[in-house]
Amino acid sequence: MAARTVTRADLSEAVYQEVGLSRNESADLVESVLNEISDALVRGEMVKLSSFGSFAVRQKGERVGRNPKTGEEVPILPRRVLVFRASHVLKNRINSALSRSNG
Amino acid sequence: MTKSELIQRIAELNPHLYHRDVERIVTTVFEEISAALARGDRVELRGFGAFSVKQRAARVGRNPRTGAAVQVAEKHIPFFKTGKLLRERMNENS
Repeated sequence: MAARTVTRADLSEAVYQEVGLSRNESADLVESVLNEISDALVRGEMVKLSSFGSFAVRQKGERVGRNPKTGEEVPILPRRVLVFRASHVLKNRINSALSRSNG
Repeated sequence: MTKSELIQRIAELNPHLYHRDVERIVTTVFEEISAALARGDRVELRGFGAFSVKQRAARVGRNPRTGAAVQVAEKHIPFFKTGKLLRERMNENS
């Protein structure tokens, strides 16, 4: 079974099927969910979604990197990165589904 | 922000919707993503990020206390890569 790519359109369709709002409004609501999460992360807040996982913002300090092509040293500036930790519920679900289908 | 705070926020932005429906909307979004990952599919949300499943091969591990070799089965790890727009927004004023 080839892996496919799920997009916003699929999420909107699922909301449309599940809740029975118009397709347009379903798409707007999916967008709104993603925006609210993004805004919280941009504010530096952690976002915890029970039984799914959590997104945390981590501050990285400056370090010296190297251009792998030229070997030249370049400073990597301090920055904020996002880390996602899947919940045990999600990890278990993925593992039980995929190990079953693989054999 | 927790899931219930997210639901509360979406409900405030959409006063014409029943609270119960807002709960179903938020739950459905994450249920769809979870179901896709459980099928081994990738979920790509431009600007936000992409979820995928990475496979870790079976290996022989070691009990760090006893040193005994233990068989570790193959496993699948959900992985998230931050989207370009979100990454840039998080670093705008630094």
